[in-house]
Amino acid sequence: MMRGFILALVLVASPAFAVQPDEMLTDPGLEARARAISQNLRCPVCQGEDIDDSNAPISRDLRIAVRERLVAGDSDAQVVDYVVARYGEFVLFKPRVEGSSWLLWLAGPLMLLAGVGIAVATTRKRAVAAEAEGLSDADKTRLAQLLEK
Amino acid sequence: MIIEFGHFTLVLAFMVALVQSTLPLWGAYRRDARLMAVADPAAVVQFLLIGASFAALTYGFVTSDFSLKLVVENSHTAKPLLYKFAGVWGNHEGSLLLWVLILAAFGACAVWFGGNLPERLKARVLAVQGSIGVAFMAFMLLTSNPFVRLENPPMNGHDLNPLLQDPGLAFHPPFLYLGYVGLSMSFSFAIAALLEGRVDAAWGRWVRPWTLAAWIFLTIGIAMGSWWAYYELGWGGFWFWDPVENASFMPWLISAALLHSAIVVEKRESLKAWTVLLAILAFGFSLTGTFIVRSGVITSVHAFANDPARGVFILGILGFFMGGALLLFAFRASVLEAKGVFAMVSRETALVANNLLLAVSAFVVFTGTIWPLIAELVFARKLSVGPPFFDAAFTPFMVALAIILPVGAMLPWKRAEIRRAIRPLRGALVLALAVGLLVYAVQTGKSALGPVGAALGAWVVMGAAIDLWQRLGRGSVGDRLSRLTRLPRADLGKFFAHSGMGVTIFAVAAMTAWVTEDIRTVKIGETFALGSYDVTLAAVNKVEGPNYHSLMADMIVRKGGVQVASLHPEKRMYPVAGMPTTEAAIDQGVFRDLYLVVGDAQDDGGYAVRSYIKPFANWIWGGALLMALGGILSLTDRRFRVAAGARRSEVVAVAAE
Repeated sequence: MMRGFILALVLVASPAFAVQPDEMLTDPGLEARARAISQNLRCPVCQGEDIDDSNAPISRDLRIAVRERLVAGDSDAQVVDYVVARYGEFVLFKPRVEGSSWLLWLAGPLMLLAGVGIAVATTRKRAVAAEAEGLSDADKTRLAQLLEK
Repeated sequence: MIIEFGHFTLVLAFMVALVQSTLPLWGAYRRDARLMAVADPAAVVQFLLIGASFAALTYGFVTSDFSLKLVVENSHTAKPLLYKFAGVWGNHEGSLLLWVLILAAFGACAVWFGGNLPERLKARVLAVQGSIGVAFMAFMLLTSNPFVRLENPPMNGHDLNPLLQDPGLAFHPPFLYLGYVGLSMSFSFAIAALLEGRVDAAWGRWVRPWTLAAWIFLTIGIAMGSWWAYYELGWGGFWFWDPVENASFMPWLISAALLHSAIVVEKRESLKAWTVLLAILAFGFSLTGTFIVRSGVITSVHAFANDPARGVFILGILGFFMGGALLLFAFRASVLEAKGVFAMVSRETALVANNLLLAVSAFVVFTGTIWPLIAELVFARKLSVGPPFFDAAFTPFMVALAIILPVGAMLPWKRAEIRRAIRPLRGALVLALAVGLLVYAVQTGKSALGPVGAALGAWVVMGAAIDLWQRLGRGSVGDRLSRLTRLPRADLGKFFAHSGMGVTIFAVAAMTAWVTEDIRTVKIGETFALGSYDVTLAAVNKVEGPNYHSLMADMIVRKGGVQVASLHPEKRMYPVAGMPTTEAAIDQGVFRDLYLVVGDAQDDGGYAVRSYIKPFANWIWGGALLMALGGILSLTDRRFRVAAGARRSEVVAVAAE
């Protein structure tokens, strides 16, 4: 199923090899920041690879651009803004929490709240009903049989 | 001739499936035993026919019959025999044939092992199973026929994609399909129950083994895929949150929820409607996965075939089965009256919480996977959703699940006292916190990931162990251990599955948090330091493989002057497919993997080399295997094996109602 990265490789079969030693910065702090930033930026021409892993020439250009901005003294956010300004929010692997993307980020928590609400309401109702009725004798024998098995 | 025979048996199987999906259903409705009796032989015959068809296609691949279009596109005479076999399902059409073969196999198994099923329920289950077969065989015969011949056969084929020529991947798809398709059984049982208007403890007991089996296969399949990605796809990533990976993960999450809620149906006759809904959704996510892989609607590196006609067809199948099932559910769910009541604090509530967290996390994965599509269609925004999103949005639910797991697993049914239930776990809690703090103190970078993962892992594993210990009753250590063999297998299964989950949580956190990476240019003969190891690039040689050329490095790893390993990472070129691949060399260890990758020659005569120390890498898949082992133990539990006895008492119970 991980029919892997085939297309990406076929499309961009080039001699490059993700992050190249010659691209890397000598300052380990800056280089670490560059790596972290690159891992959240999507290669614009590949199928879902970040620019840090990608073999595409454009990813190499972007990696170098990211490092140039860092050396020039940009903050991480400024570097990301710089890339987004040129390639659009498509290159962000983690959509910013703004506009319609709120829905994406809140989908999980909202569903959990709804689920808890429904579960609590149902259990309460049932518990109250059960308190009123209690278990019938037939239920008790059935239960005993089931537990025995 | 053999190929035509295979084609013919596939058409026959389609006809048989048509009969299987209609007559028994009508018979069950009319209570006509003769019509219902058609289901059994039909299911077996359908399986045999598809089996013959599959054998014919395999014959075509093994003998390199290049008059078959599929063989030309996916095989080559020089390809090793194993991959000639694996090539049968390493493509869209052949994998679909495997899909329907497994579907029919599950139908036949329901006949062989379902002797104790009530006649009407079995007829309905097999009919629904048959209708899924009809849909997929129609899809094959109309849009994706594997038996298409070429008028002018070429001298040789295009070879199988080199990345797929790997023993790990050869068996990865069959396992995954066994899982996907296994969920069709739970689905068929859910639909049959809705038609019947009855879900009881016996139903829960019949559904659970099928769900368990499907879940075990999914667990193994996903673990194999992840392991393959780890050593084959470059830099040792084990999970990419790719749409196709997500497609296999969503059914896994839902079926994990389903096999827990089926326990509640079986033991307490509660959560019936919810369990039926989960069974429908689990197969729904399987179909969604099929759609994602084969339609090309969602861009994925894994995408199989990007043919719009196929996408529309699968969407039709998905719409028919999910739309129909959910409609039926809406009308009939109210009939499924819950019997067992439970208090706010009880095992039932804990399992509801487990179900909520698993279902919501599957929903988060689903939303993230299709969000780019929604954003473009509805909001006209072109955006991406990748690993950083899933890491942030999915992980909290798993953390919550791990926190409540040991407590929930020990709560008594129906009504519990939280304080009394927690008392035996105090030791585990203290130990887990101590482990977390210790790890935090020892590790160099002060990130929270490692300590939290270690604490959670310890909490879950210790919790599972204490639960097992309590089940062994009172008395001395010897007394308790002597009772170990007499414990129901399901209890042992629970222990292994839950501790496997703890191990995987710990390993994922540990490997992500503590990986050591080194990227540099190395000249031949040069030595560099990697953590506490010294790595020497001794030589780089040209090597010829059966169907590839290789540039193989000879690298020596030493620790304190003593040789630890001699590793041979490769860069291969497959000339027929025109594709390069990197083959990492891994020295596997219990506590760490050494992972070396060699790249291209650089201008200065050196080679680009990537090296990693990946701590606790194998624990990720070890944990998954523990989970699968737990599933297998539960599957062999006495109450599933002595089905005949279950039937007899069930008849009595039904009569008493």
